[in-house]
Amino acid sequence: MKRDMLIYSAILIIALLLYFAVPKPIAFSPTVSYIVIVLIAVALIYIFIRTIQGKYVGRRIVFLFVGIAVVLPFFMTVTQPIRLSPEVKMVYDAIMKLKPGSKVLASFDYDPPSAPELQPMAETFFRLCIERDLKVIIMGLWPQGPQQAEMALRKTMTFPEAASKNYKYGVDYVNLGFQTGNEFVIQRMGSDFKSMFPNDYYGTPYDSLPLVRNVKNFSNIDYSFNLSAGYPGTVEWVQVAVDRYGLQMGTGNTAVQATSMYPYLRAGQLIGLLGGLNGAAEFEKACNKLGKGTKFMVSQSFSHVIVIAFIIIGNAAFFLGEKKKREKE
Amino acid sequence: MIVRFFAGKVSVKIKIAIICLIAQFFLVGIALSQPPTDSVIIDTLRTPPPDVTPVMVKSVVAKDNPNDDGRAVIISWDLSVDDHAGGKVTSYKIYRSEKRGGIFAEIGEAPSGSDQMMDNNVTRDEEYYYKVSAINELKEGGKTIWQVSSESDVVGPAKAVAQWFDTRRLNVFVGMIILCGLIIYYINQAKSGKKLFIRKISGLDAVDEAVGRATEMGKKIFFIPGISDVDNVQTIAGLTILGRVAQLAAEYETWIEVPVSRSLVMVTAKEIVKEAYSKAGRPDAFHEDQVHYLTDDQFGYAAGIDGMFVREKPATVFLLGNFYAESLILSETGNSIGAIQIAGTGQPSQLPFFVAACDYTLIGEELFAASAYLSREPKLLGSLKGQDIGKAIILAAILVGSLLETFNIFQLSKFFRVLE
Amino acid sequence: MRREIPLIITAVVGIFFVLQYFIPHPPFNQLNGWFSDWFSIIGACAIWLGALNLIRISADKIYRRREDWGYAIIIIISFLLITIIGFWEGNAFRDSGTGFDWLYRFIYTPLSATMFALLAFFVASASYRAFRARNLEATLLLLAAFFVMLGRVPVGDALAGIFHVPESILPSSIATWIMNFINTAGQRAILIGIALGIVSTSLRIILGIERSYLGGE
Repeated sequence: MKRDMLIYSAILIIALLLYFAVPKPIAFSPTVSYIVIVLIAVALIYIFIRTIQGKYVGRRIVFLFVGIAVVLPFFMTVTQPIRLSPEVKMVYDAIMKLKPGSKVLASFDYDPPSAPELQPMAETFFRLCIERDLKVIIMGLWPQGPQQAEMALRKTMTFPEAASKNYKYGVDYVNLGFQTGNEFVIQRMGSDFKSMFPNDYYGTPYDSLPLVRNVKNFSNIDYSFNLSAGYPGTVEWVQVAVDRYGLQMGTGNTAVQATSMYPYLRAGQLIGLLGGLNGAAEFEKACNKLGKGTKFMVSQSFSHVIVIAFIIIGNAAFFLGEKKKREKE
Repeated sequence: MIVRFFAGKVSVKIKIAIICLIAQFFLVGIALSQPPTDSVIIDTLRTPPPDVTPVMVKSVVAKDNPNDDGRAVIISWDLSVDDHAGGKVTSYKIYRSEKRGGIFAEIGEAPSGSDQMMDNNVTRDEEYYYKVSAINELKEGGKTIWQVSSESDVVGPAKAVAQWFDTRRLNVFVGMIILCGLIIYYINQAKSGKKLFIRKISGLDAVDEAVGRATEMGKKIFFIPGISDVDNVQTIAGLTILGRVAQLAAEYETWIEVPVSRSLVMVTAKEIVKEAYSKAGRPDAFHEDQVHYLTDDQFGYAAGIDGMFVREKPATVFLLGNFYAESLILSETGNSIGAIQIAGTGQPSQLPFFVAACDYTLIGEELFAASAYLSREPKLLGSLKGQDIGKAIILAAILVGSLLETFNIFQLSKFFRVLE
Repeated sequence: MRREIPLIITAVVGIFFVLQYFIPHPPFNQLNGWFSDWFSIIGACAIWLGALNLIRISADKIYRRREDWGYAIIIIISFLLITIIGFWEGNAFRDSGTGFDWLYRFIYTPLSATMFALLAFFVASASYRAFRARNLEATLLLLAAFFVMLGRVPVGDALAGIFHVPESILPSSIATWIMNFINTAGQRAILIGIALGIVSTSLRIILGIERSYLGGE
């Protein structure tokens, strides 16, 4: 334990030193960025050759390379073309089809750990809603969800085009806050929103909010957008709100669980899906509002390439091992 | 002169009478200045141009919203002939009263092109009257410049009534009866002594081996029942396996530790482990601290367990229950310390992670079959058989439906739709 | 009676819960709400069971100077710190600028995000170990992983563009096809199995056949 404490203290001191020693964000020029990429590629080729020679790499080397692949791109100035996938376009088209003044229910069912993937989606979603003059009703089935929505809204309002719209709380958007009860909350919202949210996030009574005063249940909602990182989340919204009450819904999911949303997407129960950071970047492109998603995608591209490289190295090691076994036999 | 008159010695009564007379003239003047049609100018900031009043809507119908608990009335209408692209209708307003000749209050607005609206703000079994107004208005910068409208006839009475059966769910009801009927039938068959075959599930066969390995190595067993509460069937399925594992561990005198993320799971798991120790004939060996709570927080829980894995290096790890993104964090850490791992979950997106990192994985329904498989109790095995027949029916429906719809013969999928 | 009463409660609540799905008429339409309220209340009260258990075990660890007792001190301090600050600041504890908000944004958020971020490393090490072309099935899995990983990031199409690959077989197109058809088919098969498993298990619990969750056969 003492050794652990020493290591943690050393990491803390290094972090503090770096914090004070590096006053400005570091940014590599494109030339330096490409040199770094070439160096990483050379290192991977070296590992591959060593593997062929029978010297296999351990987990820690894999971790080191993934770390480098994730961290270095933050300092690089590299751009990459982003292609729109049909499921992301569906979300964009569904929102664009809504008439100004339409009511959109946005459920924030995630917490800070998933924010790097879902927060860029939330920010782009708000920017698009404000641009289209849509009325947004925010809520959360996760305690930290409404807080994440507030953070996304604060960030959205820093963009001049959003700030100039004079988007008013209570009239153009409301934050109903968190309600405990998971899918039961959705179920009860099917008959009465107010029974689940008698007061909003700030304690204002439901009936005092002009936007929701006449919103009784899902039949008064034109479109719903759910950002989900697990339970309760998109699956529960589909099973209760979409299947039972016919709510029109699009969703943004963490990459880990996006795969399990495809059956709902193909069955028409979901109108669009943003899967992970890639979905966020594509959504930003569709809305023509580049943000964090696009920026962070460089890291994701790098890390995917590194993982693929290690899969190839792993297979080389495997075949060599098999060959040696056969030779022994 | 007027000021002098009012300041003069004329009696107060005459002054009031004159003021009333003037006011009356004003009101009559305003009334006479109304357009001769049924249009109403709400905002007189600017006079509407001529010929902008839309034709009123026809065939307004107000009826109870079916299949609900009597909380809504549906108002539908035929679109105004002026409701088209570039037409004279910008929206429809719906008014409601509790009496035919009573005061009508606005209850909602629908954009042009809509031909129905649901009134959700009604009291069950009370009568209501409705009328729909076609609106044409001009707005500039959020302000109404002018607005004209034409109202439909009053319709009603309409009453919101609660139903005793949601007919939209008839197919679900039939499906449930068939499936439950099959399960109950095969449970009875099994009770009457009929032998039932159950295929081999290697993940469950390995339970004994996994516990035995921990005993041989003199190390701990960790049992992680997922991050959901006891209201999740996967948690219950995990806990049923815990009973068996804990009993084996008690027999082999191996320490089993159950860190949980929900208080109610802690209470249930404690009871199960205690009972298992009693069954193994070693109630004294049970310690309350074997089942302990960590945190409700998803990644806090994962961090806590990872820490325990790394420090205590258990020989065997069971990950059985409902898992989300923490599945790989836990199983990969378990793999790195060389523990034998048996995992199982009903979360399809987490199964690939478990398959990659664990020695054995119970895929979806295998987790739910565990209790029957491990106990070999006929009644439980019977329910598995019933479930399998249900699956065969679904498979047949998928195959037949796909063929029929591919060749455009019959749309079988309509029987499986829950929504209208 | 220790077993019978819970079994009766389970059966009655289970049957009513099934019925309320089909009957919208009162009082069935309210059952869901009542049960969810009860569950929330019981769950909220039970949180203390968990919290007290954590404190008791940690305190015991410190008192007996068991292995790694230093971590137990950190648990107790963290627990007390966030609880006291939360209560101290009353209803406005979530507002921006409060002590609780500071702890949430600068301690809780980065710590949780760090744990989630570990996934990137573990996915890499698990892929490195698991994706081996051992046999035909494993090779198919490996190929699917290769195309999905490459197709889900822009660099995949950019690399394919160098070789003038037609649009229909760009990595992103192949990834979309795999996700939409092969993945969906597999997911649906597993989902149907799971749904039937849940129905069967729930029925066993309602009928009282499955009793092991009550601590015995």
